[in-house]
This record gives sequence, structure tokens and C-alpha cells, in this order.
Amino acid sequence: MNSIKDRAELIAAAAKKMGKEVFKDDIVKISKPRHELQKESCKVVTLEDAIKKSGLKDGMTISFHHHFRGGDKVVNMVVAKLAEMGFKNLHLASSSLINVHEPLIEHIKNGVITKISTSGLRGELATAISHGLMEEPVVFRSHGSRGYAIAKGELHIDVAFLGASSSDPLGNAAGFSTSENAKSICGSLGYALPDAKYADTTIILTDDLVDYPNQLNAISEADVDYVVVVDSVGDSSKIASGAIRDTKNPRDILLAKKAAKVVINSGYFENGFSLQTGSGGASLAVTKYLRQAMIDKGIKARFALGGITSHMVKLHQEGLIDRLIDVQSFDKVAAESLLNDPMHKSVAANEYAAMLEPGSATHFLDVVILSALEVDVYFNVNVLVGSDGIIRGAIGGHPDTAADSALSVIVCPLLRGRIPCVVDEVTTLITPGSTVDVVVTEFGIAVNPRRPELRKRLEDAGIEIVEITALRDRAKSIIGNAAPLPFGDKVVGIVMNRDGSVMDVIKNIAD
Amino acid sequence: MFVPGNNPGMMADAYIYGPDSIMLDLEDSVTMAEKDTARLLVHNALKTIDYGDTEMVVRINPLNTPYGKKDIEAVVKAGVDVIRMPKTETAEEVIEVEREIEKVEKEIGCLGRTQIMAAIESALGVVNAYAIATASKRMMGIALGAEDYSANLKTQRTPEGSELLLARETIVVAARAAGIDALDTVYSNLNDMETFRKEVEAIKKLGFDGKSIINPRQIEIVNEVFAPKEKDIQKSLTILAAIKEAEKKGSGVIAVNGKMVDRPVVLRAQRTIDLAIASGILTKEDIQ
Repeated sequence: MNSIKDRAELIAAAAKKMGKEVFKDDIVKISKPRHELQKESCKVVTLEDAIKKSGLKDGMTISFHHHFRGGDKVVNMVVAKLAEMGFKNLHLASSSLINVHEPLIEHIKNGVITKISTSGLRGELATAISHGLMEEPVVFRSHGSRGYAIAKGELHIDVAFLGASSSDPLGNAAGFSTSENAKSICGSLGYALPDAKYADTTIILTDDLVDYPNQLNAISEADVDYVVVVDSVGDSSKIASGAIRDTKNPRDILLAKKAAKVVINSGYFENGFSLQTGSGGASLAVTKYLRQAMIDKGIKARFALGGITSHMVKLHQEGLIDRLIDVQSFDKVAAESLLNDPMHKSVAANEYAAMLEPGSATHFLDVVILSALEVDVYFNVNVLVGSDGIIRGAIGGHPDTAADSALSVIVCPLLRGRIPCVVDEVTTLITPGSTVDVVVTEFGIAVNPRRPELRKRLEDAGIEIVEITALRDRAKSIIGNAAPLPFGDKVVGIVMNRDGSVMDVIKNIAD
Repeated sequence: MFVPGNNPGMMADAYIYGPDSIMLDLEDSVTMAEKDTARLLVHNALKTIDYGDTEMVVRINPLNTPYGKKDIEAVVKAGVDVIRMPKTETAEEVIEVEREIEKVEKEIGCLGRTQIMAAIESALGVVNAYAIATASKRMMGIALGAEDYSANLKTQRTPEGSELLLARETIVVAARAAGIDALDTVYSNLNDMETFRKEVEAIKKLGFDGKSIINPRQIEIVNEVFAPKEKDIQKSLTILAAIKEAEKKGSGVIAVNGKMVDRPVVLRAQRTIDLAIASGILTKEDIQ
């Protein structure tokens, strides 16, 4: 005979050998309809309960993403709750901070936040920090470096608070929603993906709790501990604010046309090339002018990368760009395309632009068009600190893409009002000149002397190249020499290089 | 290209868009309260900024205002190429401006350097167009100012521009008779580039040498319309080469491709080449 009873001794022996229990059939089957059951998910809690259950303690690190840009409501909401609950000495690690985060000033003054890591700072918060608001300097990292630092534990996140436009009760979350109740859309959640994956506790905040399964999710339930339903995570109409705008400015159009001409004649403009444009009116507008050349010459791009705009989506829909790799959707059109188009995919920050991650998309990037606040005669670029010494920008993917691409083109006006943008030395070093190939200004185009072959190709195409020192001299001839900035002795910011080394520090500006 | 004389940013930038001529304005775009500061700014812009080969024009206030004479003094001393007179109605007004220019030029020792362009902006001005065009040897062009002109006619501007036709034709004929340039009025709706293009095409047909513009975005269209076609450029180059050859040999009448080439043909060919250079299709080196 060979019944299960007969095998009982053998089962017990096998279990003992494996250090396991013997199975006991005490299962009680749940008969409730599943659409009711999922509503009882133990992950869905209030914000306060989620914080309590997360084990957050004073001195720990909390993180956020900035995909809602100027419309973000999560950072202010969560930090206000943490302040109310009496937390102190928290380290706030956001993928970026912008004008809308001004309320953080009070929380810093009250000791709720005592340390910040970010890619950028803008607005009143940036001004206050530049004047020495914080005791600890803010640590600035590029998007690629932040993702990598989180993945490798160098930037350890205790609790991630991540806004999502939809989530099911298990935490499958996305930057858009397919439900009737959709309130917001931000598209890619690329900067939030390392946080979701590597944080000790991940809390999703959503304004649209949808039925399981929330397919097309960017964040998987496996990485999510709690889901908090809130009135609003962000105002989607504001994702196209801040640095992103469609330009009618004739100077931006002139710069864009010149930059497009550089790309077209660079030797990299051929079938299968890949392309990225940074934020800033002129660098975004380049896409428009490349489009015509792609049509005229029958050239198609393999992929466009990075912040994806409606211009890029248009080229993709016209068949000029095969694929879109989207770390951040720069406008609503891009966000909707990510939802609807299978050839438009999001990418996590650490797989987008990390120096030491071999699979990073930037390693396969041919051409990047970037903006700048300042460029110096060594081709070093500053995109973070204004010429008045006040922090007013973001590192973003600037140094990542400049270094990894085959051709980096910086587009910036020589003069912004009375501020020269080609200078003797940048106020703060963000992107090393060794990685910058071409600087396009309205008064002329300069090529890094490290790239003589590129200069020759452009000159052969009839493009006039000037020395970068001539551009600096031209700016000086109009504006004169600026008085030195009144920096104090306190370090208010530290700029990390993408290899993890410290590249520069930002000093406070005197009142 | 019109640039307000009270806007330093625009004055510093205007050059980069490559207009043939930049007109810094001290008249209508500057309020009474800013007349003095704008004059100072324009003076310093002309002296400080390197505008390269761009022709520099300043539109002054009329001499019957308290600003006109001071404007002339400031811009002539700064080395302006052309003074543009607003609302010109008679030859006497041109002579009066010439007298003021001469006074300043004598003082700084550069007699005869400054040219004059007159804007015609009234019915009386149109009637006197030829007299104005020939009032001074410094006259280099006359231009239509359509807003004031149509108000003076007691009508309004229309997209097809029929109300301006007589004035435009009169100005072109007067300019040609005087051997100077004819320049057309501005078009101010920047959101309607199609109508702008049609207007530029129409005034080119009438014989104008160029169009006044108020925004760099209009430059490309003017250049496209005025740029000669490749075929015409090649033909003109052949004609000019043949004429050079004929002059060397001392023969008068020549034929190119079996067609007789006489003086009007040569002049048209020369104009085509001038336009090709102005539109950036040819460089001066290409001709040599």
C-alpha cells in the first residue's frame, strides 16, 4: 500500500532533515468577492499611520521625486505632517527641489529638516540656503549619480514618499491613470524608481486608488509597503513650468537653428543616431530644426533619451525616432504618449545615466544638446549657481550626458541682460570642460580644442568657428568687468562628481 | 529692423540676427519721460557695441520738438550712418536737418559722413515725395510709414493694402527718379507670418528695395522673398563676366546665349548679384 498515511513517517523524516514543519491542513478559504477583498488591503493606511508603521525616527533619511515639477504637492504635505508629528533632524533627499517647496524654509528653521540632498534648488528656498540658512551644506548630485548612490547604498533612504497618479491597493503605481477618476498625470517616474526599489520603506501617495491590477505600473507592489490616498499629489498643468517652455524668443530660435546646424554637420547625424535635449527654451527648440533636416536627408534616429517633450513625441509619431526612453516627461503630451505608446518606455535614473552602470542609456547616446548658466574659457559649465552667487538651477543629467555622449553641444546666450554667460571661470563647476565639445552662442560657435576633427568637419561645412576667448572678450566689451561676488566663508553646498568624488563647494553669499 | 532706443538688451542683441540695417528709435517707441535717457543710451550703444558691417540708422524726433536737435548732435557725434527723419512732408524739412547735421559734423571734423533717410507718413509727404527725395545729396532713401499715413488719409490699414497702393507706387517712382532706395513700412502682426509674406512679395513686385521689420523672426521671410533664384544668379554672373570681357576688348554691345545684352539687362544682373550677397547666398569673394 502507498497512501499518504503510509508515507507519514517518510514525510516526517524528510521534514526533519530539511528543518521544516510537516504540512497541516488548517486552511480557511476566503470566499469574499475579490473586488471587496482588495479594498481591505493592509497596505492602505492614512499618512500618519504609514509614517508610524514605517519606523521613521529622528535623524533618518526621507526621499521624494520631482516629477510634478512646479505642481508638486507631496513634499510640502508630507513634511508638514512630519513636523506636526514632532520629527526632528531629518535628512531630505529629493530628486530635485523647486520654487513650490518654499515652505521647507520654516521646517528648516524649526529643525525638522537639517540636511538636504538634491539635484537642484530654485526660488526662495534656494535663496535662503545660499544666504546660509542651513548648518549642514546641501549635497548636490546629478540624476545619474543620485540613482547610483541610492542603488549602492551610499545614499541610504529610510523612507521614500512617492507621489503617483494611480495605484492599486497593493501598491502597483504609475505616473498616469487609466481610470475615470484620474486627477493627475506626470508620466515617467524614472527618478522615483531607485527610491522605490532600495528604500527600507516605500510609501506611495496617490490621488487615484484604482482596482487591482494597475497594469502598466512603473512601481511594483513588491517594492511598496504602504499606500496613502490623498486629495491631490500634484497639479499636472504645472509640469510644463519651470525650465521647460516652448519658445517664441527670437534669440532662442537663432541659437536653436545654429545648434541644429552644428549637429547636422558634426558627423554624428546619420541613420540610427541617438539624441537628447536638455531643458531650456533654446535646447528644446533644436528638435524642431533637426526634424526638417531628418526629413530632407532621410535620416532616422534609433532613440531619443532623457526628458521627453512633445516635440520628441511628434518626431517619434512621424517615424523619425524609433524609440523614446523617458526618465522624465516634460509635458502632458509626453506623459500621455508614455501611457499609450509601447515604443515609449520609462527608465530608472540609475539605468539612465549612472557612470559606473554599464547598461546606462547615456553610454549609447550620440548627441546631447544642453543649456548653461555659465561657460568658461576652459569649457567648464555651471548650471546650478547664478552669476549673483545664488543657487538657481539644477544639475539634472547635465554632467552625465555631457560625459557619456559622443557629442555634447552647449547652447547659451552670450549675454543675459547685463550678465555675461561666457566667463573667465564659472562660479561653480558642474560639468567639466573635458566633457564639453561645442558651445553655441548668438555671437559665435566655439569648439573645444580637444576636438580638432570636429572643428574641421564644421568648418568644412561652412560654419564659422571662433575661439571661446573671443566670445568672452566680446561679452566683456559690452558689459565690462563684473565686480567680484561677496561670498562669505560658510560652505552651503557640496557638488559631487558622478564618480562619487567631491568636485566643488558653494560658499554662502553675504547679505 | 526697428529697435526701441530705450531697451539696452535689444540694442545689444539686434546685430546677431543679421539684419542689413538696424534702426534705433528715439521717436514713437520712447515716451516723453525717457527721451533724454534713450538718447544717452543710443549714443553709448553706437559708440560701444560692435555692430560689424550692419548699417546703423537712428530715427530722431522731429526738429519742431525740443528733442530733435539734441538727437542729431548725440547720434552724429557717435558716428551714426544714417539719420531717419520721421513724418517728413517737405523738402525744407530735409534741408533743415541737413543744416543741423553739418553743424555737428563741422564741429567734430567729419563733414559729409552722415546720410539721411526720410519717412513719408502723410498725404502731403506723398505729394512731395520727389522733392523730398532730391532735397539733399545726403538723401539715401525714402520710406513709407503706413500707420500715420492711413490715419491721415482717414482710412484704415487692410490685409490687402489697397489704401497704400498709391503711396507705395509714388515712393518707389520718386526714389528711382532720385536714384535712392525705396523702403516699405512695417507689418506688426507677428502671429500672421503668411500675410506678412504676401505683403513682402507684393512690395517686391512694386520695386521696393527692402522692408522695415519690428521683430527678428521676420528677417528670414524678407530674405527668402528678396533672395534671387539660383538660375537668375548664374545667368547674372555670366552676363557680368561677359561685360567685363567686352570692356577689356573695348567692344560695346555684346550677346550672351544669343541674346543682346544692353544696359538695363546689365543693371538687372548687377542688382541680382547685390541681392544675392545681401541675402547671404553669395559672398563678395565668390564674385572675384
